Amino acid sequence: MPMIFGIPVQALMGQLLVGLINGSFYALLSLGLAVIFGLLRVINFAHGAQYMLGAFVALLVQTWLGLNYWFALILAPLIVGAFGALVERSMLSRLYKLDHLYGLLFTFGLALTLEGLFRWQFGASGQPYAPPPALTGGVNLGFMFLPLYRGWVVVASLVICLAVWALIEKTRLGATLRAATENPVMVQSFGINVPMLLTLTYALGAGLAALAGVLAAPIYQVSPLMGSNIIIVVFAVVVVGGMGSIMGAIVTGYLLGIAEGLTKVFYPEASNIVIFVIMAIVLILRPAGLFGKEA
Amino acid sequence: MKKILMTVGAGALMASAAHAEISDNVVKIGILNDQSGPYSALGGVGSVDAARMAVEDFGGTVQGAPIEIVGADHQNKADVGATIARQWYDTEKVDAIMDLTTSSVALAVQALSGEKGKIDIVTGGGTTELTGKACTPYSFHWAYDTHALAVGTGEQVVKQGGDSWFFLTADYAFGYSLEENTSKTVEAAGGKVLGSVRHPLNNTDYSAFLLQAQASGAKVIGLASAGLDTQNAIKQAAEFGITQGGQSLAGLLLFITDVHGLGLQTAQGLYLTEGFYWDRDDQSREFATRFKERNGGMPSMIHASTYSAVLQYLKAIDAAGGDDSTAVAAKLKEMPVDDVFGRGVKVAANGRLMNTQYLMQVKTPEESTGEWDYFKILAEIPGEEAYMDPAQSGCPLVQ
Repeated sequence: MPMIFGIPVQALMGQLLVGLINGSFYALLSLGLAVIFGLLRVINFAHGAQYMLGAFVALLVQTWLGLNYWFALILAPLIVGAFGALVERSMLSRLYKLDHLYGLLFTFGLALTLEGLFRWQFGASGQPYAPPPALTGGVNLGFMFLPLYRGWVVVASLVICLAVWALIEKTRLGATLRAATENPVMVQSFGINVPMLLTLTYALGAGLAALAGVLAAPIYQVSPLMGSNIIIVVFAVVVVGGMGSIMGAIVTGYLLGIAEGLTKVFYPEASNIVIFVIMAIVLILRPAGLFGKEA
Repeated sequence: MKKILMTVGAGALMASAAHAEISDNVVKIGILNDQSGPYSALGGVGSVDAARMAVEDFGGTVQGAPIEIVGADHQNKADVGATIARQWYDTEKVDAIMDLTTSSVALAVQALSGEKGKIDIVTGGGTTELTGKACTPYSFHWAYDTHALAVGTGEQVVKQGGDSWFFLTADYAFGYSLEENTSKTVEAAGGKVLGSVRHPLNNTDYSAFLLQAQASGAKVIGLASAGLDTQNAIKQAAEFGITQGGQSLAGLLLFITDVHGLGLQTAQGLYLTEGFYWDRDDQSREFATRFKERNGGMPSMIHASTYSAVLQYLKAIDAAGGDDSTAVAAKLKEMPVDDVFGRGVKVAANGRLMNTQYLMQVKTPEESTGEWDYFKILAEIPGEEAYMDPAQSGCPLVQ
C-alpha cells in the first residue's frame, strides 16, 4: 500500500474528506460572520447562539408541528432571521454610533442569555435529531464509507456560500449594500432606506447561521452548548481569512477544516489548537489576514 | 422562677456545648462539578439538588447546627476547581467538598483537601488514582471507578467474543486510567489491544478518530470517555457505518442521561456498568420519583451517590459528636453505608466505598415500556470483585 509520512494514502484520503466536511460548517458560519462584519462593522458574538437556535428550531418544529427536515431547512433561517431583524432594529442599531466594543459586548451578552435560557429549558445534554430518510445510509468510496448526509452537507454549503458571495459581489442589491456601508449619507440621499438595508443584512447573517445549525443537527447532538463549542474556531477562521472578506472566509473555512483533519491523523492531541496556531502565524506574517486588504 | 431560670440557663449551656463541637456553628458542604459543559447533565446542578435532598431527609440540622449546601462550576479545569476549593476552605467555612466530576479536577482538589485536613468524597470522578497513590486520610471515593468499569463492561464484551480492541480515549487523567484498566482486563481475558487514539475533552467531531478505529480492524471500539463526548462518538459511529461493518462499540462509561440524549434507537444493545439504576427496587423508585419531580429527569448514578455521600457524612458527624475531620473520617470508615445507593456496604481503608455495581444492557425500543425505561440488569457485581483490592491499590495508608 502506498504511504505518505508513514500514513497509508487511503487513510489520508478519508481524513481529507472528513476535513472538507468540517470545513463546510466553518465556511458557512464564517461567511455569515464576515457578511455582518464586512457590512455592519459588528463583531457578532451571538453567531454561535443563532446557529444553536437554527438547530433547535429544526428540532421543535419536528416535535411540535411534525414538520420534517426539508421544511426546517427553509423555516429555521426565516424564523431566526426574523428574530435577528428584531434584535437589530430594537437594540443593536442603537450601538452603531459607538465603539465596536459595544456591539461585541451586546452580542456576547445576547449569546449568553440565549444559551442560558435553552439550558434551563432543555438541559445541557443533547437531544437527538434524525437525518431525513432520503439521506440516511452511505456509499463506499473504496477508501472510506461516506455517509450520504455528510456528502449533502458539503454540496449544500458550497452552493450556499457561492450564492451569497455572488449576491453581495455581483448583484445590484449587493452593490447598494456595499455602497451603504462606505457612505451611508450619500446612499440615503438617493432615496434608499439604509437602516432597512442594514437590518436585512443582519437578518441574512443570522439566517445563514441558522441554516448551518439545521445542517448540523443530524450530525451533532442538538444542544444549547453547540454554538459556544464552535464559535471560537469560526472567529479564528474569519481572522485568518481577513476580517470582512467574504471570499476569504469561505476559502479559509475549507482550508482550516482540512488542516484540522490532517492534524487528527498526524498528532490528534493538537487537533483542537492547530487552528489557533495557524491564526497566530498568519497574524504575525499578514496582520490583515490571508485575503484582507492592508489597512 | 429561680428554678425556671436555672433550667433555661442549663439548657442554653448544653446547647452551646453541643455547638462547640461544630466548627463555626454550621456544617457547610460544597458541591463542585461541571455545571455548564459536557458533564453537566450527568452531575451538574442535579447533584447540588441531590445534596439538598439529603440534608432535608436528614432533618436540616446536625448536632444542633444548621447544614448548608453550596455549589460551583469548575468548568472541567483543575486550576479553576482548586481556586474555588481554596476559597471555600479558607474564607467560606466549607467543611467538605463532594461530587468532583472530572478526574483531573478531583485529583487537584483532593490534594488540597488533604493538605488542609478537610474531607472530600468524590462521586463524579473516576480514576483509580484517587484511592491509589493520591489517597489521603480524609479522601473518599463513592459510586464507581475505572477499575469497576473495566471489570463490568470490559469483561462482558470480551466474553461476547470482542477480543481485539481499539480505544478512543479522552485526553486527560480519567481517559488514561480507563484505557489502562480496560486494556489489562482485556489482555487478562485473552484479548488483544490493537491501538488507541487520544482526542481532546469536549470534542464534537469524531469522524477522523472513528476512521482510524475502523482502519485498525479491531472488533471492538472502546470509548474511554464520558458525557457528551461519548454521545457524539456513538452517534457518529452509527453514521459512518461502523456497526454495519462488523465492529461493535463499547461505551465504557455510560450514564442514563447519555442514553436519554442518544435515544434507544441509537443506544440499544450497548452494555454498561453503573452503581445505580432508578428502577432497581421500591427504594430506588421512591427516591427517583422525588428527584424527577424536582429536576425533571431521572437521577444518574452521580446524583444518587452524591445524595448518599452527603447523608453518610452527616450521619458520621452525628456519630462522632462533631465535625472534626479526623473523627468524622474514622466514623466514615467504621459505619456501613445503608441508604438508597449503598445497601449495607463498607468503606475500605483507602477510602473506597465497596458498593455493588450493576452490569446492564440498554433495552431495544420494543422492550422499553415508557420514558426512562432504559436498562435491563444482567448481573450484580459485588464491590469486592468490582474494585481493586485495597492492599494492591498503592494507597500509602494501606501499606
